[in-house]
Amino acid sequence: MLQPLFVRNLRKKHFASCFWIGGTMNHISDLEYLKLPKWRRALIKIAQFFISIPKAFLNLFVKIGRFFKKMGLAVGREIKDIILTFKNGDWKTRISYVIMGFGNITRGQILRGLLFLLFEGVFLFFMFKPTGGLYWMSMLPSLGKEGPGKAYDPIFDTYVTTYNDNSFQILLYGVLTIFFIIAFIVTWRMNVKQNKLAQQILDSGKPLKSGKDDLRSMVDDNFHKTLLALPLTGIIVFTVMPIVFMILVAFTNYDGTHDGYSNALFTWVGLENFNTMLGIGGSGSKVYAATFGEILLWTLVWAFFATFTNYFLGMLVAMMINKKGIQFKKGWRTILVMTIAIPQFISLLYVSKMFAQNGMVNQFLQSIGVLKGLDYIPFLEEATHARISVILINIWIGIPYLMLIATGILMNIPQDLYESAKIDGASGWKQYTKITLPYMLFITAPYLLTSFTSNMNNFNVIYLLTGGGPTNAAASTAAGSAGFTDLLITWLFKITTGAESQYYFASVIGILVFIVVAAISLIVYNLLPSVKNEEDFQ
Amino acid sequence: MKANENTSLKQHMGMKAKTRISNTVIYIILVIMSIIWLFPFVSIVLQSFRGGPVKGMTNEIIPSIWSLENYVALAKTDFFRWYLNTLIMALVVSVLQTVIVLCMSYTLSRFRFKMRKGLMRFMLILGMFPGMLTMIILYRVLKDLGLTQANAVPGLILVYVASSGMGYYVSKGFFDTIPKSLDEAARIDGATRAQVLTKIILPLAKPIVIYTILTSFMAPWGDFVFARYISFGASKGMNVAVGLFNWLSKDQINSSYTMFCAGGVIVAIPVTIIFMCLQKYYVEGVTGGAVKG
Repeated sequence: MLQPLFVRNLRKKHFASCFWIGGTMNHISDLEYLKLPKWRRALIKIAQFFISIPKAFLNLFVKIGRFFKKMGLAVGREIKDIILTFKNGDWKTRISYVIMGFGNITRGQILRGLLFLLFEGVFLFFMFKPTGGLYWMSMLPSLGKEGPGKAYDPIFDTYVTTYNDNSFQILLYGVLTIFFIIAFIVTWRMNVKQNKLAQQILDSGKPLKSGKDDLRSMVDDNFHKTLLALPLTGIIVFTVMPIVFMILVAFTNYDGTHDGYSNALFTWVGLENFNTMLGIGGSGSKVYAATFGEILLWTLVWAFFATFTNYFLGMLVAMMINKKGIQFKKGWRTILVMTIAIPQFISLLYVSKMFAQNGMVNQFLQSIGVLKGLDYIPFLEEATHARISVILINIWIGIPYLMLIATGILMNIPQDLYESAKIDGASGWKQYTKITLPYMLFITAPYLLTSFTSNMNNFNVIYLLTGGGPTNAAASTAAGSAGFTDLLITWLFKITTGAESQYYFASVIGILVFIVVAAISLIVYNLLPSVKNEEDFQ
Repeated sequence: MKANENTSLKQHMGMKAKTRISNTVIYIILVIMSIIWLFPFVSIVLQSFRGGPVKGMTNEIIPSIWSLENYVALAKTDFFRWYLNTLIMALVVSVLQTVIVLCMSYTLSRFRFKMRKGLMRFMLILGMFPGMLTMIILYRVLKDLGLTQANAVPGLILVYVASSGMGYYVSKGFFDTIPKSLDEAARIDGATRAQVLTKIILPLAKPIVIYTILTSFMAPWGDFVFARYISFGASKGMNVAVGLFNWLSKDQINSSYTMFCAGGVIVAIPVTIIFMCLQKYYVEGVTGGAVKG
């Protein structure tokens, strides 16, 4: 595992040296690079990193361009095939273009044909029933025309509220209808293809697959489709559609006062929410932009420290426990693993109370007289204290995981590497920086990335410890009254559950979190030395 | 000759002394760490046995009055309802989620079909959206179905289970390590794909099955966000995390702090015991997951 890393480094062309570091405009060779002093090599590495960022972005755009080109070509091919199938098809095939499954049924594949027919029936019914797909689609551009109003009720001689359009339902069913239409188009295409195939098979004189064959293939050749059906349905209904819906919400004014039904309708507002959040455009206060910037910065700082403190300290602890001559290895590990076993809300809430103003820690410090006149140390009540405290307490939570992971990996490092290093007279520190650390970093690079991004969204630690507090007075006019330890994700939660529930801001933050996470992942993935080939593991 | 031996002996002695010192330092660090790591847990157990009129936070680490009254008092609250809710959720979710995760990871590891790479990439991108984003709409939809507040348990189960296919990474990594030649041999002998899974792969996959059951069983005990939003203030639909969290709110902490400790102990004991028994599988899963990404 060490070998490839080293070789890859050697092979790399050190194009970075072409400017201020090397002084010359030429690429330096590997040998020259290895001869350079350490600091210059480090500088080259850093420069390489920054130079490759625009390249990574360029690559991304090229990839996106290629993707669309491929898509366009594929759609063209499909349409051509559909037309050709109609031209070359017999009457059964042609009728199947309108009545799905007709070809299947007349050719004896009753089961398939009936399923196609049933799907078409359900689709047409859904589209054309009174408040069906067509209605939802027609309302989608406006999200409802008539809001709740007052109507005179002659029987009771009062005005009662009448409810009319429901923006929420329109948006929801609108999204649903679009998904349904896409599903229909795909199925229809499948139906056309099947007719073509059936015709070809019959022309060549072979028998068609019967319904029994189809059922058998569900547990055999097409077993993957059977297995994926349930999980993918769940993901589409409970993840994909909600995300599409919530992305759309970012472009509306859906909030507590515009709930789309009982108070007032909501409607499309374009990019207004993004402009407010990012402070684009002259009008409006900059408080959102300032709050967002501050929270984003803290989120990144937090994720950085939370990931790397845990990583290195966890590795250190694992190495200490693994050291030859240390007894009760299992016992030490078990003590640490307890933190994983006990549900976080118990341990974190209890710890947060321990560090509270009148909590155990302050009382203890008071009693031994360390405080010197202070009443308490505001571990979680003052901005900087709170930020440091959450990072420290997160170490308490995180070390056990990293200890487990590091233990597993450390045991896999070939021991002869260390032995030969010892014979060459390498000190413990040298062994660590030259063998242990590169090995660990190489193997856990993907893990570090995912742990960074999941720390950015580490709701539990922040919310249970500080609740995002202490309150940031400067941000108090922004929705959700963000505090100094709030991450973007806890801010999102606060806005959602807050009194005014500006769902559109929550949604904007969610989208921005996605963009940040995706950007970081893309950059790091493109820079990683180990672009993994998954077949290697098999 | 003699002198040489002497120096090497001295060096040896020096090394030994050095090792002894470094080991002692490590022992001291480990003992201090153990105290820091265990203190909150020991302390919460001690607090749960604290009797007397003061139910809020005090400065005594070891209670002056010992009693079981906090545990008795739990019976008068909704605590056991929350406990039952959480237990039901944990049991149902651990079964369903394991089935779904196994279907997903086995398929993605073993089959090579057209959309496979695209599907995996799509789910990677999907996972970059914060899960909390979907909370708002899921709440509204579940509310229309009548599965919120007091009826939050089935609603929460639905939410936990439905999108669990996204967490296939760890077990896919495990399936990847089972040699494919096994499948092929069985296929040549005439087994269908389904038979390969049930007769050959599943028995070999015991560690990862247990790992998946364990993690999905533990998740509902700690879930706070969705549980709180979907139960929305209705005590009957809460899980332990939400219920106990409320006891530490500003207006309740002075009357319920010791009860929180007692509740916490009752929640933690079974979960911890199960976890400790199956620790081996958890460690395997976590290490494997980290290495394969």
